[in-house]
Amino acid sequence: MPCDKREKRTLLRPRAGAPAPAARGAAEPSPVAPKPAAGDAAATASACPALPFAAPAPEPPLTVFHAPARCALGGNRRRTLAALIAAATVLVAVVVAGRILAPAAQATDFSQVNLAPCPAHPFGTDWMGRDMLARTLAGLATSVLVGLAAAVVSSLIALGLAAVAALGGHRADAAVSWLIDLVMGIPHIVLLILVSYALGRGAVGVTVGVAVTHWPSLARVLRAETLQLRAQPYLAHARALGVSRWRIFADHLVPYLLPQYVVGLVLMFPHAILHEASVTFLGFGLPPEQPAIGVILSEAMSYLTAGAWWLAVFPGLALLAVVLLFDRVGAGIRRLLDARTVQE
Amino acid sequence: MAQDNKNNSYGGAREQADARKASRRPARPPRLPWWARELVRFALLMAATSFVTFALVSLSPIDPVQANVGQAAYASMTPERRAEMAAYWGADTPLLERYAAWAAGALTGNLGLSLRFNAPVTEVIAQRAASSLALMATAWVLAGVIGLALGVAAGACRDRLPDRLVRAYCYLISATPTFWLAMVALMVFAVMLGWFPLGFSAPIGAAASSVTLADRAYHLVLPALVLSVTGVANIALHTREKVVDVLQSDYARFARTRGEGTWAVVRRHGLRNLVMPALTLQFASISEIFGGSVLVEQVFSYPGLGQAAVTAGLGGDAPLLVGIALASAALVFAGNLAANVLYGVVDPRVRGGASHAVR
Repeated sequence: MPCDKREKRTLLRPRAGAPAPAARGAAEPSPVAPKPAAGDAAATASACPALPFAAPAPEPPLTVFHAPARCALGGNRRRTLAALIAAATVLVAVVVAGRILAPAAQATDFSQVNLAPCPAHPFGTDWMGRDMLARTLAGLATSVLVGLAAAVVSSLIALGLAAVAALGGHRADAAVSWLIDLVMGIPHIVLLILVSYALGRGAVGVTVGVAVTHWPSLARVLRAETLQLRAQPYLAHARALGVSRWRIFADHLVPYLLPQYVVGLVLMFPHAILHEASVTFLGFGLPPEQPAIGVILSEAMSYLTAGAWWLAVFPGLALLAVVLLFDRVGAGIRRLLDARTVQE
Repeated sequence: MAQDNKNNSYGGAREQADARKASRRPARPPRLPWWARELVRFALLMAATSFVTFALVSLSPIDPVQANVGQAAYASMTPERRAEMAAYWGADTPLLERYAAWAAGALTGNLGLSLRFNAPVTEVIAQRAASSLALMATAWVLAGVIGLALGVAAGACRDRLPDRLVRAYCYLISATPTFWLAMVALMVFAVMLGWFPLGFSAPIGAAASSVTLADRAYHLVLPALVLSVTGVANIALHTREKVVDVLQSDYARFARTRGEGTWAVVRRHGLRNLVMPALTLQFASISEIFGGSVLVEQVFSYPGLGQAAVTAGLGGDAPLLVGIALASAALVFAGNLAANVLYGVVDPRVRGGASHAVR
């Protein structure tokens, strides 16, 4: 029986003769004193919240409980969690498949050139007879790994700057704000071109470029959060008690910022992946021999007028799907971590 | 700052409260008139941007001589000729010295010589900016108008079909790579249907004097549409949030109890309160439109600033790259400034330069 919201709000009131909620787990006639040896751990745990009420008590209890969500897919939060895990699994599968297929993505077969999508090659083949499905998956794997590096590095920069702004006084705060404004004042693509150029283009250039330019928006959010934290009485207490800045950072700031940080980290992926593909497409990123979505699409540019539509359409759609999946994961984590939506 | 609103998805309200708090801080330098403060900020921004871009460009291991002369020509060059070329491209001077020389020139309006286009950087930028600005302005206005309309419609019909459609569209578009969208548009409308030209800003092979305004407009349509389609998503989503906020407010509820319908409430109360955030969003989107134009211009071979930036970056043309970075930063700054000035025009409460505190 799936439990919906309405059931959650009903009072749990045991009635004589009504099937007890824990009937599955505790079938013994004397559930008041359950023998610890009789019930195995799993059954006790699953029936645990409702167990005390399973007994035909003479009067209704005074305490009001929400009915626990019993079924595996019941409740929005569980469904969110399931969707989140499913999306994450697909992403991991894409990376693994891409890594495994990397040699196949390079294999050329000149007897099978420029094939339109068919059962043997669902995404078609290019002008060197390479299977586009393998190339796309390998490219996506590269993109996700670059995105991972970028998200981790950028979010750590953001966290560090937020901590400096929060704990370093007004001048540090002003400096951090100015730095954020400065980086946001240059269009992101132009900045990426500059950083990539500075590092001599290529794989290193694009990875570092994407990694060190995605922090401003998250830094701004985290800074705002730390400003709010600074106004809290318990922080003033800690300061008055002489707790060091480092301890305040580790004990108060990090736990306070963690939800925003994790969400920001995951939501950085889509941006990083799109920017990596864009910069590679422009010619500043990964070298042509490496399988990457940007490389595939920029090569497909020369075949657009020749009618080889599959070279551009499918890799682009696959990239879109990966970005959407990351977005789902981020949105799911936000819903699960945000205290305001706990009851939804 | 106008750009703050970009982060609304994370919790803009708190941030605004903090910004207000921060602006009340006592530790402020003696107050200059607002235009002087903006001028100082602009000068600081330009100095910092130019230095950072200059430093980045000089860090590059890409040898401008090799990149531009070509491998074969470089290999067959005599050492004297190589040294001469290196001196011409300024490869051996230390960074600070070069920056000082460049900055002294920049103050007099001389941004150096574009090595790739063999013309002064200011000239190249001015020429490219003309066609680029036409493209960006068209896309910018279209994105603003369509985004506002979609956002209002979605917010007013919250959780009903129009809202769902708009949200699905925005969600999808914001996850789509701009350049891929441009490619698909090019493929469908130019290659398959043949409605639009295959790129460039004028017919291929036509003399510059014979190109009419209609020709240019015709070549502009498809890139501008693609660019605006991607710009719509952000504006529509934020406008929707704001409309939902307005419709849940006390005054909207009061208006409804007086018997006004949803549309009347939106028209009489919603739109006025939407003007400020819409302006902020519209001007903050300049940065994104510029970024998008780099990609779209590349796909459509449209000779604008973005394409020049790519050419400069790939060809090792450092002065032009610095010039374009400066131009784009100035454009973004001008957008934010325009938003601040317009606040004062629209809302008497923000007049007199207090616009930083109130958004």
